[in-house]
Amino acid sequence: MKHHLILRVVSKLLIPFILLFALYVQFHGDYGPGGGFQAGVLFASAFILYALIFGVDNAREVLPSKALRFLVPVGLIIYALTGFAGIVMGGKFLDYDVLAQDPQHGQHLGILVIEFGVGTTVAAVMVTIFYAYAGRTRDVDDEDW
Amino acid sequence: MSLLFEHMAALQVAVPLLSAPVCSLLRGGRQPWFLALAVSWFAFFASISLLIQVLDSGDISYHMGNWAPPFGIEYRVDAINAFVLLIISGISAVALPYARLSVAHEVDPRRHGQFYTAYLLCLTGLLGGTITGDAFNIFVFLEISSLSAYVLVAAGARQDRRALTAAYNYLVLGTVGATFFVIGIGLLYMVTGTLNITDLAERLPPLVDNRAVQAGFAFIIVGMGLKLAMFPMHTWLPNAYTYAPSTVTVFLASTATKVSVYVVLRFLFTVFGPSYGFVGLTFEYIFLPLAILAMFIGSAAAIYQTNLKRLFAYSSVAQLGYMVLGIALGNVAGLTATVLHLFNHALMKGALFMALGCVALRIGAVSINGVRGLGREMPWTFAAIAGAGLSLIGVPSTVGFISKWYLILGALENGWWPVAVLIVASSLLAVIYVWKIIEAAYFGAAPEGRGPVSEAPLEMLAPLWLMVVANFYFGIDADLTTSVAGKVAATFLGGGS
Repeated sequence: MKHHLILRVVSKLLIPFILLFALYVQFHGDYGPGGGFQAGVLFASAFILYALIFGVDNAREVLPSKALRFLVPVGLIIYALTGFAGIVMGGKFLDYDVLAQDPQHGQHLGILVIEFGVGTTVAAVMVTIFYAYAGRTRDVDDEDW
Repeated sequence: MSLLFEHMAALQVAVPLLSAPVCSLLRGGRQPWFLALAVSWFAFFASISLLIQVLDSGDISYHMGNWAPPFGIEYRVDAINAFVLLIISGISAVALPYARLSVAHEVDPRRHGQFYTAYLLCLTGLLGGTITGDAFNIFVFLEISSLSAYVLVAAGARQDRRALTAAYNYLVLGTVGATFFVIGIGLLYMVTGTLNITDLAERLPPLVDNRAVQAGFAFIIVGMGLKLAMFPMHTWLPNAYTYAPSTVTVFLASTATKVSVYVVLRFLFTVFGPSYGFVGLTFEYIFLPLAILAMFIGSAAAIYQTNLKRLFAYSSVAQLGYMVLGIALGNVAGLTATVLHLFNHALMKGALFMALGCVALRIGAVSINGVRGLGREMPWTFAAIAGAGLSLIGVPSTVGFISKWYLILGALENGWWPVAVLIVASSLLAVIYVWKIIEAAYFGAAPEGRGPVSEAPLEMLAPLWLMVVANFYFGIDADLTTSVAGKVAATFLGGGS
């Protein structure tokens, strides 16, 4: 367990910041550069880094495939339901104006929720794709590096 | 209820879209199928109500998110896309009751949730690509439908591993087509600065001589030509249809290429307009020869096939030739034939592939040798093949006859009597390959070692016969379809819509 000491320590230090930066890009996306897609990829990259350094099996314990199978559709459901909320609250499909007391707040809320849905699905899909590829071959033995 | 009708254009797409992820959360059993069935029936109801609204009170324009066009995305429903929506959702509504047993037989039970999710996404993509009034949105929706269609084709791998290579081939060529299409859209956007179809139609006429517009036109036609399997870009189609699960073949053969034909019509007649110089040239020098080649080579290839699904897949290439020919004629009768044939071909091929699915359920692979003597053991299934086969040939009192009648009228109107002769001649080729099946099924001796085969279950026969009866009903009483198709053709040629 003494291999790749630097990689282990550095990635342990980096992962929390990657996650935090992903959340910043996610929730600041409506005012600054960024948004759900970029945030989702960043968020997933933290898990992928973890899997690369500590092994896919450990990563699967943190984020099991079962959870991913649930998260991928949930993001899209959040998106679509926001669209339906627009209709129910008296506007058009995906109309954010009616979601809050005035159009400005409505637009703000709408884009935030939508981007959250996008972020969820993108992050889950990225990790799923990684697992699918990583799971294909037997893990390389630690001694064989 | 008024709320429902006010938002029908959005719900037509949004309900299948929402149900797709929900479906992927369902676990096994009948639930995914039931959800897909309920959604298909809702979509059918929505498309009927949209068509009625359009015929009663003119075009519907729905602004997504309340952003006014041309900046926001607009859903625009007129007679033609309401008609295409009706075809897609109608086929889906009939195919799903049929699907349960067939899919249970052909697809891994653990994958049913994912299978129906892909199906619903495909339905969403086809409906969305048809209803939207935004050129880029068409691309997005067609990619949704195509990507899920590749998955659906690959789902046939449990029956035959060749489904995987068929799906991969379809993926590569479909992506090339989509790329060409989006390059074309990009070029138009570069010159006009708009993606809204109505807006594009207004801004393009002064730009007739612009090279970028001309290149964009070529890219769009070639890209969509690939997607609609226009000869000689049809090579993905026979394998994809052959190795896909039966239900998928029923659905894709009746809808996917039709949506591409619709997109071509939309760009040729609404966006560029029949007066755009290139359009006329395309008709005479590209569409006309390719359509005639498709009619003959498709039919001739069909005659030599031993796998029946493949046989009808090649016949689809020929039938798509008729649709392209109708466009190439460039007059009201020809266009009416094209629009009619979208509907009529969906009915024939829907019925034929459903019948083959019934055969596949009982004997596995559907080869010409395998079905020998089956006409006596599965009388209803083979009577359906015979009925739909007559329609495919174009015998009077079937829908096939109506399409060909208008095609011949269109050809004669242009004074192209050799084309009219060729239409009749290519129908004779259809007689040969349909007869091949009838002969094997009714007059052939059962192959050695095949035990008694029972008739397909009622659950599958009922939707099949509904399609067969529709083939004859709309062939005898063609008022409804011809009036809609005629109206569409007249609007197209009257310059814009």
